[in-house]
Parts: sequence; C-alpha cells; structure tokens
Amino acid sequence: MKIGVCVKSTPDTAITRFKYTSGNDGIDAAQVKFTVNPYDEFAVEEAARMKEAHGGEVVAVTVGDAGAGKVLRETLAVGVDRGVHVDAVNTDSLATARLLAAVARSEGFGVLFCGKVAVDDQASAVPAMVAELLGWPHVSVVTAFSTDGATFTASRAVGGGVEEVVTGALPVVITAERGLNEPRYQKLKDIMAAKKKVVGVVTPESLGVSAADLAPVVTFSAYADPPERPKGRVIPGDAAEAARELVRLLRDEAKVL
Amino acid sequence: MAFDGVDFYKIDDLLTEEEVQIRDTVRGWVDDNVIPIIEKHAREGTFPMHLARQMGEMGFLGANLEGYGCPGLSNVAYGLICQELERGDSGIRSFCSVQGSLVMFPIHAYGTEEQKQKWLPRLASGEAIGCFGLTEPDHGSNPSGMITRAEDKGDHYLLNGAKMWITNGTLADVAVVWAKLDGVIRGFLVERGMPGFSAPEMHGKHSLRASVTSELVFQDVRLPKENILPGVTGLKGPLSCLTNARYGISWGALGAAMACFDSARKYSVSRIQFGKPIASFQLVQDKLAFMLREITKGQLLAWRLGRLKDEHRLEPAQVSLAKMNNVQIALQIARTAREIHGANGILDEYPVMRHMANLESVYTYEGTHDIHNLVLGQWITGIAAYS
Ligand SMILES: Cc1cc2nc3c(=O)[nH]c(=O)nc-3n(C[C@H](O)[C@H](O)[C@H](O)COP(=O)(O)OP(=O)(O)OC[C@H]3O[C@@H](n4cnc5c(N)ncnc54)[C@H](O)[C@@H]3O)c2cc1C
Repeated sequence: MKIGVCVKSTPDTAITRFKYTSGNDGIDAAQVKFTVNPYDEFAVEEAARMKEAHGGEVVAVTVGDAGAGKVLRETLAVGVDRGVHVDAVNTDSLATARLLAAVARSEGFGVLFCGKVAVDDQASAVPAMVAELLGWPHVSVVTAFSTDGATFTASRAVGGGVEEVVTGALPVVITAERGLNEPRYQKLKDIMAAKKKVVGVVTPESLGVSAADLAPVVTFSAYADPPERPKGRVIPGDAAEAARELVRLLRDEAKVL
Repeated sequence: MAFDGVDFYKIDDLLTEEEVQIRDTVRGWVDDNVIPIIEKHAREGTFPMHLARQMGEMGFLGANLEGYGCPGLSNVAYGLICQELERGDSGIRSFCSVQGSLVMFPIHAYGTEEQKQKWLPRLASGEAIGCFGLTEPDHGSNPSGMITRAEDKGDHYLLNGAKMWITNGTLADVAVVWAKLDGVIRGFLVERGMPGFSAPEMHGKHSLRASVTSELVFQDVRLPKENILPGVTGLKGPLSCLTNARYGISWGALGAAMACFDSARKYSVSRIQFGKPIASFQLVQDKLAFMLREITKGQLLAWRLGRLKDEHRLEPAQVSLAKMNNVQIALQIARTAREIHGANGILDEYPVMRHMANLESVYTYEGTHDIHNLVLGQWITGIAAYS
C-alpha cells in the first residue's frame, strides 16, 4: 500500500522571533528558519511505523516554494521513501487541499496522515478539506492508531479525559495529536542514505488543477501583535488580609469569580 | 529560547546540506538527552552509561570511518558532531573522541581483518567500549619514554607496566595499549577480564567529572599473538590517533565556548543592576564582543582544517594550531562568562563553571597547550625544543 503523509514547512518556533513584512500583511520569510511542522513529525512517524508493520511505500507531500521542498528532504531520513513537492504558493487552505487531494488521487494512497494543525496559521483546515475532496472519512486529533491493512482503529482525546474510539475501513485521513508516538531521531546513516532518495517536483497543471481552482477564497489583510499585557499587581499586607483582597479583586474587578 | 548556534560569519553557507542536517540533528539530541541530565552526573562524578548505546545508534561513534557499521561522514561533519556534543559537556565529547579517534581509528587503520571484524561493528554501535592507553604516571608530555613493555614469549606476548589518566578505562571492553616491544612502540589490544589486567577508576577530579578516568595496570598479562596491531610501529602509531582526536577537539572546544557565550548573552540582557540590564554596560559588551570574535575566528580555523583533512592535505602542525587556539579561547570565554554571571556563575544552575572546569582538562590532554606551542616552534624554526 502507498502511505501518504502531508508535511508543511513552518517556522521553527523554538528559535525564531517573527518579523512582519513591511505592509504587515505577512511574515518576513527571510528572517525565519523553517522546519517540519512539529505535528507533521508525528504523522511521518506513524506512516513509517505502518510501513514497518505492513510493508508498502511512504510518500511525503508538501505544497510550497523551493524552501518547502528542502524541508521535505528532512523526512527522508526518518522513514519516508520518496517526496512529492508541489511547486505552488499556499494561497489559502482550500487551494492547498485541492493540490494535496490531487496528489493523493494520482498516487493512489491507501491512507493519508497529517498533523492536527500547522503551527504557523493554526487553521487546522486542510486535512478535513482533503478528506472531503477525496470523499474519504477523516479522524482528527488521533492519539492511537492501528490497522490490519483493510480496516483501522483510531483513538482521539475528546476532552475531560474521555477517549473516543473510531473504527472504519481504509482509506482514511488521520490527523496526528501529540502523544500518538515518539518521533525517531534522524540517524546519521539515514541522513546519508536519504541523499539517494528522490523528491519529485510537480506543478498544479500537471496534477490537473487549474488557476481558477486555486483562486483564494480567503484573503489575509493584516497581522498584528496581541496587545501588551498590563503589569501585574502586588497586594500588600499579611496573608489572610491579602487573600481577602485578592478574592474581592477577582470578583469585583476581574469578574472571574 | 532553544540554542540556535553561533554563526556570525554565515559559516553555514560553507557546509553541505547534509552537514547542516547532521549538526542540527546532534544539536537536538544533545538538547533532549544531555543537557537535562548532565549537571547531575557532573555533581555525582558519573558517566551517563545509557548514552553509549544511543550515541552508537545515532551514528556518532567512528562517524568519519568507512565500513564496519560506520556512517562514513566527512571530517567536517565529524567535527560538527564534536562541537554539539561538547556544547553539552566535554566528558560526552571525550567519550566519542576516545571511542572513534583513539580506539576505532587505530584498529581501522592498523588492525588485521579479524580485529576489525571483531571490534569495529560493536564499537560503532556502542555495544562495546574502548579506551586508549598511552600516558603513564611518569610519562605524559614525553610518551616516547614509556616503560610499559611487551615481551615476545614465542606463542604469546607478556605485558607489564601501568598507564594513568585513561578516559573510559574502567568501562572499557578493549584497551588500545601502547607498549615497547624490543624498544619499539607497538599497539596491543588488551581485553577486559584478561588475567593480570585491572583498571581502577581515579577519583577526586574537579574537571571532566561526567567522564570516567582510570589507571590501567598490567601484571604479567598474557596476550595472544593476534592481539598486536600489525600495521604501525613507533610513536607514529599513537600520534596519528592523537592527530585525529585533536582535530575533533578543535571543534569540540567551540561547542563549550558557544554554550558559555549563549548563557552569558541571555544572562546579561535579563540581569538588572543600577536600573538597567548589565548588557547595557560597555565593559560587559566588550566581554561579549570578545567571545563572538574568538568563536568566529575559531570556527573558520576548524572549518578550514576540516576541509584540508577531507582533501588529505592536513599537516599535524596545523592541527596543533587549531587545538591550542580553540581550547585556549574556549577556556577564556568560559572564565569571562563566569564573570558575567556574577555569583550565579558558580552555581550548577548555569553550565559555565562546569565547562570552565572541564576545559582545564581539555587544555592539558591530547598534548598540552605548551607542547603544541613547541610543535609550532619546530615547524617555524626547524628546531625541536622538546628533544
Ligand atoms: C581528564 C583527563 C583524561 C585523559 N585521558 C587520557 C587518555 O584517555 N589516554 C591517555 O593516554 N592519556 C590521557 N590523559 C593524559 C594527558 O594526555 C596528559 O595529562 C598530558 O599528555 C600531559 O601529561 P602530564 O599530565 O604528565 O603533564 P606533564 O607532561 O608532566 O606536563 C606538566 C607541565 O609541564 C609542561 N611541559 C612538559 N614538557 C615540557 C617541555 N618540554 N617544554 C615546556 N613545557 C613542558 C606541560 O606543558 C605542562 O604544563 C588524560 C588527562 C586528563 C586530565
């Protein structure tokens, strides 16, 4: 079976400080170090484990510019066999989803793993759209996954400590939540071996996706920092008195009690 | 914020894509597996044994060797591994240097096919640990005076003598021991458990505390004939190993320097005195500028040396220059970082004093700073000052 996994190149939030473009209408990419979206790492790991258990081929797909293609290469050292880089601009979620769905169709994936969210726009929109475009079921925020090659079982944390268990037949789109697995490190040998693996570059036209299909339905008008947080307040006095005052402020001023 | 490297001169542009990927991978591994536990091990004076197998699995051990389970990386990639490991701790990098450059390298270069098959795959995976015995209690900078001896007894060699200051000694499954046979220095593979061989650990170190340092004692050890390294005779044997290890140290020291610089930079912008961050005082900025300047120069030395090594054009005296320079500046940077941290600088909440103490060992082992000066003096004048 061909196992698909969607990968997005996103800013490395552990080390990057954001700067906006001059018109405040985007992030200045030149100032940012990009890496694999952290939730996609869980997706890649799950795809690699599925292949190790059942055989097949793991194909990672990304939509973006040349830099995104470079990030895709990193997955080749952690279990991905081949990359597909769709050379196109990520205009909005629907356009990206159309391209990914077209790749899934032309590759004939039997399952598609994605991260539950991309840490740049935090939209969580693409995987559900891809599933809809493909007519496949979609299970989100998955924390455990198993399959026999024909059917699957997926657990999702639905809040309040409750686990929901979903079963069904493949194909399916799965989005990975933290905890689904522990992604492996890139072993140095695998980094060297990955040099021989291929990332194919495809265009929207070659996938049969027209410019009209990619016309954005969402436009981004401006980015801004959240307002600065007001300074904290120190309540003086002995503990009992201060606690009383704190409760009063929480009730009367903050109105949270 | 996580450590983001020091790259003022865009040295990343001089690296291949794989070299950057390897460096970033080791960096992440050190952040996850070394930094969180290293202070505890340094405090308790223990080597984190569980990391040996992990380092093997990751491919850090013998990384620049070909075949026998080694990844066959460039020397620059090997240097970057040393840099990132030593950003964690000099003891962790020492483990990797000893295993790869001082144990696997001589077996790879001078060993028989049987010796290679027997030891290299297990040393590469971290399943077996090695040590390198050259220094003796009375012969440090002058190893050619060594008194450890092997005698040819027909069907075996008989080994007698003692080595001191041996990294990994107590942990080792195999010791590459340099001893005189008929007055000529030869390499021998001494295996754990051989009767007459013991390796007691040395205690009381103020430096390299997360690394095991031992004595090796040989009392009438009967070595099978096949345990001699056939491919090399004379001081050239151990010195060629040291050239490889010193090359790695010239990168490693930069890692320790980067950790201290990073800590000092962060501390100086957050520590408020006289109503402003101490980073706003010119004296503190001078110290930080010194650190950046020396790290950047050291990076260029190490990078150039690595490319020369990859092209097989490297001269040992060039390695001496990089080892002595980069360790010296790292030690100065660590001491200066300690100053910037004020009283906090002596606490193990910050990595600087640990690095500072570690670098005192690095300054002395693998040829002391002054011995490397003499190597350069000989290169310049043609006159050896130490003979
Ligand atoms: C933590 C640690 C780990 C080590 N690990 C190993 C190991 O794994 N294997 C191994 O074989 N060894 C190891 N060593 C030993 C190390 O290589 C020696 O300590 C080093 O070579 C110096 O020898 P020495 O300590 O006997 O000093 P000495 O040679 O006694 O030198 C003392 C001082 O005299 C100076 N000096 C000596 N000769 C001259 C000269 N001709 N001209 C000018 N100055 C001179 C030196 O520069 C130094 O400052 C380790 C050492 C340490 C501290």
